[in-house]
Parts: sequence; C-alpha cells; structure tokens
Amino acid sequence: MSPRRRLRSVEGPKPEERPAILLGPRYLRDKEFRSAVGAVDFAVEARYAWDTGVAISTYLRGLKEGKILARHCRKCRRILVPPRMFCEQDFRPTDRWVEVQDTGRVNTFSICYVRWDMEPLKIPEIPAVIEIDGASPGIGFMHKLGEVDPDRVSVGMEVQAVWKPPDERVGSILDIRHFRPRDASLREKGSSRGRTKSTARKPAARRKR
Amino acid sequence: MGQRVAVVGAGMTRFVRRAQETGKELSWQAAKAALDSCEMTIDDIDCVAMGTAPDAFDGVHMKGEYLSDGAGAWGKPYFRTYVGGGTGVFVTIQGWYQVASGMFDTCLVVAEEKMSSTQPHAQGAFITIFDNILERPLGPNLLWIFALEMNRYMSVHGLEKRDIAAVSVKNKRNAAGHPAALLGEADITVDDVLNSEVLAWPVQRLDVSPVSDGAVAVVLAAEHVAKRMTDKPVWVDGVGWHLDTAYWTNRDLYYPDYVEYAARMAYEMAGIREPRKEIHIAEPYDPFDYKELHHLEGLLLFDKGKAPEAMRDGVLNRDGDLPSTPSGGLLGVGNPIAAAGLMKIAELFWQLRGEAGARQVPGDPRRGVAQAWGDLMQVGTVVVMGK
Repeated sequence: MSPRRRLRSVEGPKPEERPAILLGPRYLRDKEFRSAVGAVDFAVEARYAWDTGVAISTYLRGLKEGKILARHCRKCRRILVPPRMFCEQDFRPTDRWVEVQDTGRVNTFSICYVRWDMEPLKIPEIPAVIEIDGASPGIGFMHKLGEVDPDRVSVGMEVQAVWKPPDERVGSILDIRHFRPRDASLREKGSSRGRTKSTARKPAARRKR
Repeated sequence: MGQRVAVVGAGMTRFVRRAQETGKELSWQAAKAALDSCEMTIDDIDCVAMGTAPDAFDGVHMKGEYLSDGAGAWGKPYFRTYVGGGTGVFVTIQGWYQVASGMFDTCLVVAEEKMSSTQPHAQGAFITIFDNILERPLGPNLLWIFALEMNRYMSVHGLEKRDIAAVSVKNKRNAAGHPAALLGEADITVDDVLNSEVLAWPVQRLDVSPVSDGAVAVVLAAEHVAKRMTDKPVWVDGVGWHLDTAYWTNRDLYYPDYVEYAARMAYEMAGIREPRKEIHIAEPYDPFDYKELHHLEGLLLFDKGKAPEAMRDGVLNRDGDLPSTPSGGLLGVGNPIAAAGLMKIAELFWQLRGEAGARQVPGDPRRGVAQAWGDLMQVGTVVVMGK
C-alpha cells in the first residue's frame, strides 16, 4: 500500500488567509504577442487518408446511386442511419440493409453567419438534423437546408433531398446537395444552390469584439 | 468504498484571453497556490492527476507529459485524463479514486488550458471532433452543434430566448466579484445579450463563453490526513460519470440523459434522495447560457423545460433558493476548457468553507454539486461535495 509520507505540522497563517487565487498570468495584447522576442509560429503539416469502413462504404455507394441505405437491428428493431455493422445498444451484429426514403423532417436547425474561424459569411448556412423517413423515429443525420428563406424554416418542417446529377455523384455525403422544403410554397424562388440572400434573422450590426 | 476523500486546498490563476505564461507555467502557478492554501509541499503529495484538453490546442503532442513538470509530477505516479469539456470535473474523479481506493493518501489535481496558441482560432482544433467521413465535408463549425442543441431545447419546450439570455447576465454579474474573471460585468443586461451579434442562430455572441488561458488545482486527501490538516475539510461525497452514443443525430438533444445518469450515480453514492432539497449550490457547466439550464434539468434539480422559469423567478441567483454558478462560471470567469471544469470544484470548496468573499452564497450552504459536459455532446461528469 501507499508509502506514508511525513506531513508538515500545521502552523503559521491559517490556510484561508493565504491567497488561493493568483493574479499571476500576464495578459498579452495581440500586438505584444506578435512582437515578443522569440515568438514562434508553426503550422502542423498532417495529411490523412481514411478508409470509410464496411458500413459507411456501402452507405456512400448507395448515395452515389441516389439511395439512402440503413441497417436494421432485429433485436431493438431500430432502423439505423448512418448505418453501422453492429448495434451499439444490443452489442450484436445488425442484420440487414434496407433502403429508406430521401425525405424527412427537420429535427433541429441553425442559421449560421460565421465560418469556423469566426469570419462572417456573406450568405448564411442552415445546418440541420434531418429525421429520415423510414428510419426509426428520431434517427437521422446532419446536413444543410437550401432553397428556403431562413425565416420560414421550422422544427418539424418536411424536407426532401436535392441530389446532384448522377454523373456528378462520387460517393460522398455531398452527393446530396442539400435538403429543401417538400412544400413548394416554402421554397425560395430562383435559388437552386441551397443558398439564400434573405435578411431574415439577420445579425445585429457587427459589434466591436 | 475505501477511504473517505476530502478537498483540503485549492488554487487558481486568473483566466485571461492570452497569457504570457506557457501551459507549464500556468500549471505551476495553480499547483503552487493550491499547495500553499493548505500548507503542503510537493513532498506531501503521493500522486498527480492532470486534466487538459486536446493536444491540438497547443500543437504539442503528448501534452500531459509536456505539462507534468509544472503540475508537480516529477518522480511521482502521474496520469492525464481528457473527456473534452467534461475533463475538469472528471480529473477530480480520477484523483478521487486513487485516494478512495487506498492506493494513495494524497493527490494533487491540476487542470490547465492554453487556447490562445491555436491560430487563427481555437475552433480550428474543434472541427476535427465531427465525423471525418460524413460530417466534415459539410464544413461544420463548433457553434453548429450548440446551436442545433439549443434550438431543439427551445423548440421542444417552447422557451423564450430572453429567459435563456438571463443566465449569461447572471453569470457575468456573478463574475464581477471574482478576482480571476475575464468577463465579469456588473452592469450587463438581458438586452445587451439579445442585441449582440448573431453567430449561429439562436446562439449570439454574448450567449457564448470566451476562449481563455488559465489553470486550477485542488488537493485531495484521505480522511486521516485531511483531519490532521484542517478543521474544515470539504468531502467528496459522490462521483458519477456517463457517456452517451457518438451517433448524436440518433438521439434527442433536448435533454442530456447522460448527465442524469451521472447525477444519479453521484447522488446515490452521496446518499442524496431528494437533490432539490439536499443540494444547496449548483455549479453546472455553462459554456453557453442554455447549457446551464439544460444541465440543471439533467442534474434533476428542475423538471424538464422548467429551469428557465426558475431563472426568471430568481431561484438561480446568488441569494435565490438554489444559487447556480455563483462563481460566474465559464460565461463570466472564462473558459479554459479543463481548468474551467476544475474551477467549479474549487468554487464549491470555497463556498462550502465560507471563503468565497464577494461571491459567498448566504445561508451556510452545506452541500453542492459540480458538473461538466463534453465530447460530442455525450459525456456527463458530476461531483457532489459537502462539509
């Protein structure tokens, strides 16, 4: 068991009288940081090539053919998309491939005005989680919405996949260009790129950071 | 369980946007402050637990090893733990079971983060949490998952953005009394939050905690050591953690089941049957304002969808019935990922000892719960502390 180390006797100022919060770190402004002696800039060069795996390679092949494929687990009876060869809940192999629809409902969405590096986007993006028809309730995947005024997007809205033409499909999640409202009256006219210039829910004027 | 474990000391650095100090130096400052706070030296420490988030922030691979000297780990059993945002509370649990098991009598727990090194923005490191084959081609950014979860939470319950924004105001005001705070603002209003720039609707700039640099440390000791050292030990009464599936689009984001399971585990260990009556202070994880409410519900302190009402009614204020994030949290003090979680443990330590100064919750609180959250919206880590 543990070596019992000798502890110092408790004397002197009471612990609570000692400063437990140090104001130590010196705050550096960006300019100071950039001009500091010996400041080092470095970029990692790392490239990867990924196998897509047994389940996802089949899924991607399906997308290339304009189909959304799912796996069925007979034990929990879930139809799973994205598909996997094992059921993480029952911890057993899933049983068969099924084709689900390319339609669904918006489970949740966002209207995003910034890029990953916080630079503003001229045209907002609408990422969403789509519950896929034919899969089990609540099961779906993330994609983007298009051909719709951001102001008219709602949770529960019925949407359908807009596929790239067959000769442009490569076996990628991007073979689905975006999802658009099934209700044609909700679609934004003249926009087929899944983008919109709407000013809806426009950000307040950019403020000083 | 083997040995009873107490927190006997705590220390932290100020949280800043960009520190001149390296991660190693920040770790040293926090570790030394924690040891000094309980009059211990590094020789009194049997083992060291380090919590720190992705190596990608620092561009230093095996960052745990890199930081070890600053954390006081030279020549000692040492381990590093990382569960995304949940790290700061989870590293306390890691330290706890070293001591609870009887393996060691003391453990120095250190959490550090230096996010300013990532150029041009720490989000560059976060992007790689998305699925490499199916999600990254969509060009996601980290705000997406928060915005998607927040919208789901608001839509299922029909919540008003105003009630959620009030959390940000509360925490930034609470942080005004915190000497280590980056964003304490005594005069901020709900309208300031609602008028701030929309980043990814419904997330606006002031709904979000800032990227920061900083470190926190606490000292854990077995009962027989703790009682010799202090007459005010703060006991780790219960711990819990739980992970949900990484297939995050296959589950309903409106409620964090994994936080509930972690909380139930911790409450059971602590002998808590009615958390709403027995918990006097909560330090839930608040990287975004809605997350605090979401987590208070997962911690079983409010019914699903009812935490915003409690916010509106003042229940969560420092002088309310259930003070929540009296420290000022990630939204107010700052969010150096792992350090921010451990700050919540340190805050409960100071609050339960009555040493929280301007932030002190009135009414002699006896029990508190700290919680953190992370990975791909899937991990809940919970610690119950009492005096």
